[in-house]
Amino acid sequence: MELKKNLAISDTGFVFDANSGESYSLNPIGLEILNYLKQGLKDDEIREKIMEKYDVDASTFDLVYFDFIRTLQQFDLFEKS
Amino acid sequence: MKLPFERPLIKKINAGMPSKFGLKPTIKPIEKVDGIVVGDLLEKYGSPLFVISEQTIRETYREAKQAFETRYPKVQFAWSYKTNYMNAVCKIFHQEGSWAEVVSGMEYDKALHNGVKGSQIIFNGPSKSREDLVKAIENDSLIHIDHFDELFLILEIAQSSDKKPKVAIRVNMDTGIYPKWDRFGFNYENGEAWEALNRIMLSEKLELVGLHTHIGTYIMTAEAYRIAAAKLADLAYNVERKFKHNIRYIDLGGGFASKNTLKGAYHTGIDTTPTFEEYAEAISGALISSNLNPEKLPVLILETGRALIDDAGYILGTVIANKRLSDGRRSLIVDVGVNMLFTSFWYEHEIYPAKGETQFTEETTIYGPLCMNIDVLRAAIDFPVLKSGDNFVIKRVGAYNMTQWMQFIHNRPAIVLIDEKGESHLIREHETLETIMHHERLPEHLSNI
Repeated sequence: MELKKNLAISDTGFVFDANSGESYSLNPIGLEILNYLKQGLKDDEIREKIMEKYDVDASTFDLVYFDFIRTLQQFDLFEKS
Repeated sequence: MKLPFERPLIKKINAGMPSKFGLKPTIKPIEKVDGIVVGDLLEKYGSPLFVISEQTIRETYREAKQAFETRYPKVQFAWSYKTNYMNAVCKIFHQEGSWAEVVSGMEYDKALHNGVKGSQIIFNGPSKSREDLVKAIENDSLIHIDHFDELFLILEIAQSSDKKPKVAIRVNMDTGIYPKWDRFGFNYENGEAWEALNRIMLSEKLELVGLHTHIGTYIMTAEAYRIAAAKLADLAYNVERKFKHNIRYIDLGGGFASKNTLKGAYHTGIDTTPTFEEYAEAISGALISSNLNPEKLPVLILETGRALIDDAGYILGTVIANKRLSDGRRSLIVDVGVNMLFTSFWYEHEIYPAKGETQFTEETTIYGPLCMNIDVLRAAIDFPVLKSGDNFVIKRVGAYNMTQWMQFIHNRPAIVLIDEKGESHLIREHETLETIMHHERLPEHLSNI
């Protein structure tokens, strides 16, 4: 899945979707993950990067990561495949 | 050293709809109750768990007592058993000087069991059996008559008793509030209360000791009590004038609001609930400025329950699961259900995580563990994203939950009291399957399957 190209992401965690006009706010880990997604990293690569930096095991990460992805889908922030 | 992990969150910003209270504050967790870590309490006694703070009960009681005693010369509190009749709770109020106010034979027996003198038990309510009344008369208890059938039953019992029953009548009235409670007692405006008083006085078989009213529940305006007190004082004055009989006490009942926020309320309960001083000012002001003889002012009895105990009660619980609803909203399933938190039907209870200060919250629906659609603790609350196994604390649950709770699907939880030294005491054990089945009986023909 690819994030929408015209999604503006600020360093402070503010997101603007130019298509819909909607704005969003992210917490720091949400921002980090969204930036990885924007760079085109795969799920496994993102998991690896987060687990290197933060105190979290793979299953806990997967549980919250896929919930986060579902929320992004709900907000329609991915390009239509 | 790795950094602590926090769940990733994204939240839609609703521009043009700022919170009417300004920027959202950081949600501070409740990590301890009276000095004991929430997680430690749950580990020791199991989850969920009711916790009662003895210190808060005593402080709240003393605050209320001071508010009234500094405004009126003779004040007596009577603990409303139905609000919370855990023996440990009742005993704290009795130690502080409260009498008992009961509304059933069961509660009456509980008050006796707790060592309350019969003459210090107020027997209210619409449902007193002949046996209840005989016992109350024998013990010199204060019987508050609810209806004419009860009055005539007491008169009949009095014929064959060597004790003169001590009675008051409950009076219902218009105090300018809605709903007007007219199902209990005798009506003031239509003359029914005055008629009942005349019957009692003319019978000469009963000792009229008091007048009682209980104008409603969760009364948000102290002015209603001023009207109620004035109307009772008026009745007392008329009795004094017509029968040369002084009423010993005027009982304003309960109904003071706690600081919980009612569902649908625009402002929070903390901002809108009258203080004890405001209630005291209204009531004592009305009594003192009435026509009653200042030399023989009646004792003012108060049966407030909710406002005295709500703040002292907490329920601690554990998150079972996170779940997304079909429209993307977050929901949380927790182990505290509406069966044990009856007040969640009318309050927007304050719920806090047990650790982790955060500014990142998400609108969340909090469901209990029951397999029932009605099991909703909060339909929409800005809440931090907790994970399975995390603990939380619900504040202000001391009133009515431990008496109105239902055993349903799950066993009811334990109740712990934290004393003034910060020690925890189990005051009601967690129920087990044996608790539930203890009173069941199986017909012989069903013993084999």
